[in-house]
Amino acid sequence: MTVLSAKNITMQFGGLTAVDQFNLELSSNELVGLIGPNGAGKTTIFNMLTGVYVPTMGEILLNDQSIIKKTPHEIVKLGASRTFQNIRLFKDLTAVENVKIAYHNFIDYNMVQGMFRTKKFWEEEKKAQEECMKLLDIFDMGEYADTLAKNLPYGQQRKLEIARALASDPKVLMLDEPAAGMNPNETAELMETIHFIRNKFDITVLLIEHDMKLVMGICERIIVVDYGKTIAEGTPDEIKNNPDVIRAYLGD
Amino acid sequence: MDHNKKKAYLINAVAVVALYLVFFVLIQTKSMNNYFVGIAIMTCIMIIMAMSLNIVAGFLGEMALGHAGFMAIGAYASASFSMALIDGGLPLPHLVILILAMIVGGIVAGVFGFLIGTPTLRLRGDYLGIVTIGFSEIIRIFFINFGPTGGAAGLKGITKLVNFHNVYWVTIVIAFLIFTLGRSKQGRAIISIREDEIASEAAGIPTTRYKVLAFSLAAFFAGVGGAMYAHYQSFLEPSKFGFMFSIEMFVIVVLGGLGSLTGSIISAIVLTVLPEMLRSFAEYRLLVYSLVLIIMMIFRPQGIFGRSEFSLTAFIESLIQRKNVKNSIGGGEAS
Repeated sequence: MTVLSAKNITMQFGGLTAVDQFNLELSSNELVGLIGPNGAGKTTIFNMLTGVYVPTMGEILLNDQSIIKKTPHEIVKLGASRTFQNIRLFKDLTAVENVKIAYHNFIDYNMVQGMFRTKKFWEEEKKAQEECMKLLDIFDMGEYADTLAKNLPYGQQRKLEIARALASDPKVLMLDEPAAGMNPNETAELMETIHFIRNKFDITVLLIEHDMKLVMGICERIIVVDYGKTIAEGTPDEIKNNPDVIRAYLGD
Repeated sequence: MDHNKKKAYLINAVAVVALYLVFFVLIQTKSMNNYFVGIAIMTCIMIIMAMSLNIVAGFLGEMALGHAGFMAIGAYASASFSMALIDGGLPLPHLVILILAMIVGGIVAGVFGFLIGTPTLRLRGDYLGIVTIGFSEIIRIFFINFGPTGGAAGLKGITKLVNFHNVYWVTIVIAFLIFTLGRSKQGRAIISIREDEIASEAAGIPTTRYKVLAFSLAAFFAGVGGAMYAHYQSFLEPSKFGFMFSIEMFVIVVLGGLGSLTGSIISAIVLTVLPEMLRSFAEYRLLVYSLVLIIMMIFRPQGIFGRSEFSLTAFIESLIQRKNVKNSIGGGEAS
């Protein structure tokens, strides 16, 4: 079943075509990698899929609903969430608070109930605390729950960002270079984590990555873009031996 | 609500009542003359203003330099309302009139906050600061030229309904409401915008809605503060609500720590009482005031409490712990 599909999406910045007629089909529970040399348009594609940019042309469907011109938070509600290339945590808040913010839409009380601290407030807050702690525990981060996000080690910050993205209960999780800045050990651990959450939460994962070991290691399908166009698509083995991909990365 | 939370509520409630009783006794026994009671009332009003500004400046993290404008709207709206009500001859107790006037002042100011916030919150940082200055100046100039509220000569004949007792409890209630707001899901959403707006949006927070909400709430409480001011002074003149007054409130919030309500309270007390205490120094008083600010900003740029809150419960616990440690050390030496 197709969860997310993009048809001929194009993004032009003035005279520059950053992404040119890009197509994408993500089935449920798939793990897909999006790779390409620097400046190929990967992050632009991400930004279109998450509502940060509105494509100049084309259509994007998430669970058969068009998300063109929808704001990022509306798209999150429809079931697609993301992480960022340069970690964007709420630095001065604790780890569990970071997760709670993304859990926002599942906490059910209004402002007046919150300000007057009615029974509903306490119940809902207790539930939110428990659910968010559960999520942190899945990432083995329970002990860091009350640590400020800025004081977490780098690898934990990356994990926290993924945990936060999962708190909104997405169907599609998009990871923008999750292994950036990680050492080989941390990358290996991250690979396991990504694999694990895909199975545990039964979600589709789309990731942009430069680390070939990670991409080749866990992705079932890889899409290679260069100059805003798809140049190859297939299993890791097919991609490894594709002459177009080798040319894009290494030149003629 | 678990046991610790209940204990914290109890301790704070006791402290609030105890503080009130101290003032009550001082006022009843005339140990505090009218001059000092007046300062105490003005301090409470400034605390309300600083805390409400903290919603925008501290929680939302935006520069809002037009808070006096919302105060003016609340003051004029509530004063006109209470005057009409009293002229109408309804035999209502004064407290009821004051509460109604506060609500009217708050709601009118809140509506203006919403109307002004909706288009301007697309701007950020210093741009928003300039626009808010502009709006508050428009409000001031409107009242200078608006005949029905007395124009430049001011609005006279407002019934004095505010005394220390009611302003104290109103301040406590507002402090409680803003504090709980900061620790609700709505407050978290607002704070997440301060931390990182893009990430907040990506976490599913409708950022525009929460920005406008924060702005309107700040305006609402500023309107309530304005209502208290109007019914304390019983006379309003537009020139009071100038740019410098907005800056004064902003300074209080920055000095107390952006995002810290207890900081705002302490700093509002210091910056309202200090200039009064320095009256005997006459012309040097502003110099000392400015020096305090400069020294503060050099040695503690994050404000008195930074972003954290002063917790009475934690303070008492640390005192008890210290005493226990001392006792055990003392006991050790004796043996």
